[in-house]
This record gives sequence, structure tokens and C-alpha cells, in this order.
Amino acid sequence: MLTARQRLVALSGGGLVLAALFLFVGLAIARLVALGGWAAALAVVTDRYILGVLQFTLFQASLSTALSILFAIPVARALARQRHFAGRIWLVRLLAVPMGLPALIGALGLIAVWGRQGIANQGLSFLGLSEPVSIYGLTGILIAHVFFNMPLACRFLLIGLERIPGEYWLMSASLGLRGRDVFRFIEWPVMRRILPGVAGLIFMLCATSFTLVLTLGGGPKATTLEVAIYQALRFDFEPPRAIGLALMQIAVTAVILAVIALLPAPEDRGLTLGKPVRRLDAGRAGARLADTVAIGVMLVFTALPLIAVLVAGLRSDLMKLVAEPIVHEAALTSLVLSLSAGLIAVVSALAIVHAQQAAAGGGLLLRGFSLALAASSALVLLVPPIVLATGWFLMLLPTGDVGAFAAPLVAAINAAMALPFVVRLVGPAFREHRIRTGRLAASLGLSGWARLRLIDWPGLRKPLLMGLSFAMALSLGDLGAVALFGSDNLMTLPWLVYSRMGNYRTADADGLALLLGLICLALTVAGTLPRAETPEEDRNR
Amino acid sequence: MPSHIIRNLVSAAALSAAALLGLHGPASAADKTLTVYTYESFISEWGPGPKVKAAFEKTCGCTVNFVGVADGVALLSRLKLEGAGSKADVVLGLDTNLIDEAKQTGLFDASGVDTSAAKVPGDFKDDVFVPYDYGHFAVVYDTQAMKTPPASLKDLVEGDPAQKIVIEDPRTSTPGLGLLLWVKSVYGDKAGEAWGKLKKRVLTVTPGWSEAYGLFTKGEAPMVLSYTTSPAYHMVAENSDRYQAAAFSEGHYIQIEVSGLLKNAPEKQLARDFLAFTLTPGFQDTIPTNNWMMPVAKTSEPLPDAFGKLVNPEKTFLMSPEEVAKNRKAWIDEWLAAMSMN
Repeated sequence: MLTARQRLVALSGGGLVLAALFLFVGLAIARLVALGGWAAALAVVTDRYILGVLQFTLFQASLSTALSILFAIPVARALARQRHFAGRIWLVRLLAVPMGLPALIGALGLIAVWGRQGIANQGLSFLGLSEPVSIYGLTGILIAHVFFNMPLACRFLLIGLERIPGEYWLMSASLGLRGRDVFRFIEWPVMRRILPGVAGLIFMLCATSFTLVLTLGGGPKATTLEVAIYQALRFDFEPPRAIGLALMQIAVTAVILAVIALLPAPEDRGLTLGKPVRRLDAGRAGARLADTVAIGVMLVFTALPLIAVLVAGLRSDLMKLVAEPIVHEAALTSLVLSLSAGLIAVVSALAIVHAQQAAAGGGLLLRGFSLALAASSALVLLVPPIVLATGWFLMLLPTGDVGAFAAPLVAAINAAMALPFVVRLVGPAFREHRIRTGRLAASLGLSGWARLRLIDWPGLRKPLLMGLSFAMALSLGDLGAVALFGSDNLMTLPWLVYSRMGNYRTADADGLALLLGLICLALTVAGTLPRAETPEEDRNR
Repeated sequence: MPSHIIRNLVSAAALSAAALLGLHGPASAADKTLTVYTYESFISEWGPGPKVKAAFEKTCGCTVNFVGVADGVALLSRLKLEGAGSKADVVLGLDTNLIDEAKQTGLFDASGVDTSAAKVPGDFKDDVFVPYDYGHFAVVYDTQAMKTPPASLKDLVEGDPAQKIVIEDPRTSTPGLGLLLWVKSVYGDKAGEAWGKLKKRVLTVTPGWSEAYGLFTKGEAPMVLSYTTSPAYHMVAENSDRYQAAAFSEGHYIQIEVSGLLKNAPEKQLARDFLAFTLTPGFQDTIPTNNWMMPVAKTSEPLPDAFGKLVNPEKTFLMSPEEVAKNRKAWIDEWLAAMSMN
């Protein structure tokens, strides 16, 4: 379907992104290793303390991932099946909020529910249990990771389930398939295709978790490699050791991800004539009950900590905060940075999936290229932002004005961190879109800009906007990359939250956290605007 | 304000482009600029920064340019990264535990400032670094949740495990390191055992002070490791005496914050003037209610009443910077081992 020239353009686009990614990460690492050599970097492999830390890192990340996904499956299934109930769209949007919160704010929200003075313990003591149940330890880490990542898994699964062609549901209804069979023959194959990727993302997020693990972990027994990296780079200032640890983190996780990726996944085959989706199975009593329970549990689990953040935020002097010039400045900086990061991520992701599609069905070389694209766009999540920031800080030092590069660099780091998510969001939609429209475009002789404007943009607008809002939310809550450069000319909202907390002004921090959450929600609303582009669906309600 | 920030970003982008092309505009010679590296909370609008800047600019005929990084540790990292080419004239915000490492970088020069005006408990003296404020570490407790606070470190270590404390991690934060040194000062070789006991009272170990204090004020634990000056904030700014520091009979470990000037400072004389200025009322006045620490020299007004109610330690612990630098790793390992045991 692609002419040789189109294919070449697509492949070189992907190659360009791949090269940029490699240079971006590789140069930073090389610069830091240059400070002390590989011997110091590789010494970490024999450090017994580090091996213990590695073990705990993998252990908690595996458990967190498994729990997040087991929780997400019934919830996503319920949300996909019950397509029309009041507030559904808001429930789906709610799933995007945890991601945009700085870890500390999320942790404080969770503590309001699960902490020693939290709602859960107050309920227990009302029932006559006097000793508070403590979550500090593995339990706390797991609750926090599920809180942040179950919604993520849920969103990905839901997107997949909603792409199941309407023809399937017509067929399953006319065959009289029961819930169990629908799951086995229709839903599970779709989920199986999505889960390895999502599990990989969540695993990486949990493996590199820092604030949550320390704050809720109860003691230094709960330490991740990320903590050790931070310690090596900040407190001990041993850059080679930090690199050794980062490489260890990347290598070990890569092996695990490779194993996950090897699990056989069914082929994507969702070709459709665009029949409307009608879930006749949604009305069955059993299905209704199961879905209500799943959605209800999810709602309580996700919403309560967010409500705690809301309540704490409302207690602050919001009017005063909103009027402060520095808050405007921070909000605007955050938005500009996250928009830049989001746009870079979306364009790079498009180039990657475009190239992957062009490489599909090619020879060994092309398949290797496609694999390299997939692997590097996922593993970049494992490179600690502090390593990238420090490496590039050193690289840019000779220019004489590192501060001037702070904004573009932070945007680039955030874009790299968002890339894996956007690739997973845009990829399936892009492939389906190209299969659907490829022949048409070719027969109309459309290419280049005309094709982009007339065919691709209308068809891909929705997933692209969703990817953009996703990436923006992700980089909005990020604190890490800015820290090294200083805040004199780059004050972001999460940074301001921490700054106020560090100055005893917790109420202000609560208020700002609420603002951050609201911005995140607004972004998600923009990314999931009502589906006006599919009028036939509404007609069939 | 929005236009201002957009301008900043645009000029940042333009500057990056210019730097990439190797263009360097002519420096504006009209005004001298003093560049001060410090930690972020110092220059936030609540911190001493804005007032200090205004006061010093009145006398120096220069512009003070603050560059803020996360904390004292990040400050040192940033200097190490920049090396001799750093644009900083003054570094403000290292503490005594970082001094030795800072000196070893060879980037600092003798201050040449008469520090006789500076009065710091524990008799800290240094010809490179000038102290500008101090605070004693202390266990701050919630009077509504705890009627009898521990009266000594021994009380804290051996007390009821159901009464929890939140502490900071010595691997990632200066208060965490402070507690480590405090316990070491009191218990010496028995520090490992003491940590083994204290561990039962530790609710959790946070990466930094903000997380710990946040958990404490949300009511998660009745005690937190903070400073003797913390209650002053609640008394002055919130008019509440709910949170108080516990006086420990063995004494308290001190944190002294210092500033120094760089060998390659572009404006060395200005930097020296600034260090001298830190010991005058124009600077010291901002310390109590903006940095919430104790001033080291005369302020123009007496301290607010709240400061008279604070715990005033009879004995001050302070290890020499060299001793801390030499043993920090071994002691952190000891702490890790004791805290990780079941």
C-alpha cells in the first residue's frame, strides 16, 4: 500500500527518532562515565547491599504490577460493557487524575484514607478495634502503586475493549454467548494483546518508584535502585556508581520485559465497517451486579484519596493562591513545558509507529529495526531523569549558560518519559486507521500533506489528542528533572508545591496540589471530549 | 505575568540558539552582578532572599542574582559539576557536615571576613566558611496526641513503641544525617543497638524533611524529627502552640548553615562584602521569621516572643566536619544494618 518513497520516508522518520533517543540517553551516560570509568560503574554488580536492593525492587514491582492488573481487568470490562450510565465519562476521566499528581501529594491523599488516622482505621475503631492497622511497609507501597497504576491499566484496557468492532457484539448476541464465553472469546484475546505492554509500563514505573517507596515503606529495608541512584549521584557524588546502578536497572528490567513480550499474543484483527457497538449483554442481572461491584470498588479506592486531596485543597486559601503572580507563572511554565513535552512525544510516537508499520513484513533487518524501535521507546522509562539531567548538565557546561537550556532539556526529558505511553496509545489506532484508509488514499492518489489533512487528521485526531493529554498530564506532575537546574527561571507547579511544604506552608501546598489535579482533569477532559465524531453511536442509544 | 514568563522561555530558547551558534553578546557593563548559589527555600517569596537582596543592593551598587537548587546537598553537587568554571561568587546554604567535602573540591577561598560577631553554640570557627544561622535538631511532638514527651534521647529510644516518630533518611536528607550523628554522639559504639530499639518506634523513614513534617501535621505520628525552631513557626504564623519541641537532657545536635566565596568568583570583592553583610542586621533580621532558624549575630529588633519559649539546649553536640566526612559511610551502613533487621 505504501510506495517505495513513502516507505523510505516512514523508515527514516523512525530512524531519526531512534537516533535522537540513543544520542539523548547515550551521551548523558557516556559523559557521566567519563568522570570515573567503567570499573567503578560495574563494581555495583558485586555489591551485596545493592543486590539486596535489586531483589526488593523487583519483588515489589512484580507484586504491584500483578495487583494493578488484576484489579484493572474487571473494572475495564465493566466500564466497557456498561456503556451508558450517568457519570460514566467522568468516571473514565477520573482514572487520569492520579497520574498527574506528584507522588507526595498522592501519598498524603492515600494516608488520609489508609493511614493511622485515616478513614479506614476510624471505621475499624468504630467497629471496636482499638489498635490502628498500619499500612507502613510493603502494604503501603502496594496500595500506593495500585492507586497510581491500576487506573492506567484500566484506561489502556478500556481503549482496547472499546475498539472491538460492533459486529462482534451483534454476533455474540445472536449466538447467545454467555458472559464467561464473551470474556473467553472476545474480551480476553483483546486484553491479552494489550496486557504485556501495559504490564511492562507499570512494572517500570513501580521499579523506579522513589518517594512512595521511602515514605510508605516504613524503613530502609524498603529501598529501590532509584533511591540508591539518587544517593550515589546526590549525596555521595559518585556518578559512575549511579551509572552502574542505572544500567543494572535497565538490563534486569529489559530481561523481564523481554520475557513478558515473548508471551504469545493473538494478532490484531479488528477490521470493521464501523457498525455501532451495542452491548446487549449489559443488561443481564449477573453482569449488572458484577459490573456494579467492580466499578463501585474502583470508585471508592480511587476517589477517596482524591477527595482527601480535594478537601485539604479547599481548606487552603484558594482565592489568595490563585491571585498570586508566582502561581500564575508556575502554572504557565508547567503548561508550556508539558505542552512542549507532549508535542515532542506525540510526533516522535507517530514517527515510531509509522516506521514500524512500514517495516512490517520486511526482512530480518527491518524486523530488527522494528524491534529496536519498540524496545528503546519502552526502556527509556528506566533511565532515571536525574541521570539524564546531570549528564546533559555536564555536556552543556562548556556553552557557558546552562540555565538557558533548562527549559528545553526538561521538556525533552519529560517527552522521553512520556514516549512509551504515547506509543502504546497511538500505535493500535494508527495501524487500524492505516489498514482502513490505506487503499482508499492510494486509489485517490492522496499523499503527503493532502492525505494528512483529509484522511489522517480526522481519523487519528482522537487518539492523538488523547496521547497528547496523557503525555501532558504525565509531565505536569513531574518534579525530578527540574531539581538540578535550580528554580530561578523555571518554577513549575510541583516544584512550588514542594517549596511551600519546605517552608511549613502545608495549606498552600494542599491548595496548589488541588490546582494541579484540576488542570490534569481539564487536560483529560480535552483529551476525551464527547464522541461527536461518531454520530451513529448516539443515534443507537 | 504570563507575558513575562513567555518572554523568559523565548529568551531562553534564543539564548540556547545563540549559545549553539557560539554567539556571545557583549556583557552589559553598566551594573555589576553578584551571583549567589543557594537552596530554593531561601529565595522563595517566604524566605529571606527577597529582603536580603533588597538590603544588600541598597549599599553595593550591584544586582544580586540568586540561583536556587533543591537543598544544601544539591548545592554542593552543582558546584562539583561546574568545577572551576562556575559563575557563582558566593555559595550560601551548606551546613557543617558538608564543609569538609566542599573544601576538598578546592573551589573555595578563605573568606577574609572577621567572624567575631558570629556567636554559635559549640564554638564553630572556620576561615573559609562564615556561619549565618543555626538550629538544633529536636523531636517535635503534637501536644494533642502526646501528654508526656520523651525527656531524653534515651527516653525516645526506649519508650513505648506504640507512640511513633517519623524520621528522615540519612542517605537522602540533612536532618536524617543530623539524627544519625546525634545518636552517634550520645551512644558512641552502642549506636547500632540504640537504632535497633528506636526502630520499633519509627513509623516510617522519609526521603526528606517535607514528607516527614507533612505526615506529622496530618496526624500520622505524634512525633517527628525537626528543629527546636519549628514551634516558632506555628506560634508566630498560625498562632498555635499545639506543636512543641521536646528538650533532651543529653543535649541536642546542631546544624549550622554557612556561606563561602569561590576562588574564581568573577566579583570577588563584592562576594567578600556580601559575606561580611551576612553578619549584619540587614541579613540577620530576616533569619528568624523567614528562614525559621536562629540568627548568629545581632538583629535590629529583639526576636519575637515565641522564640523565647523555644527549647534552649544546655549542651550542644557538633562533630568536626573531618570526622563526619571520614565516618559517614560506615555509620550509614551501621544504620542500614540496624534498621533492616527484623
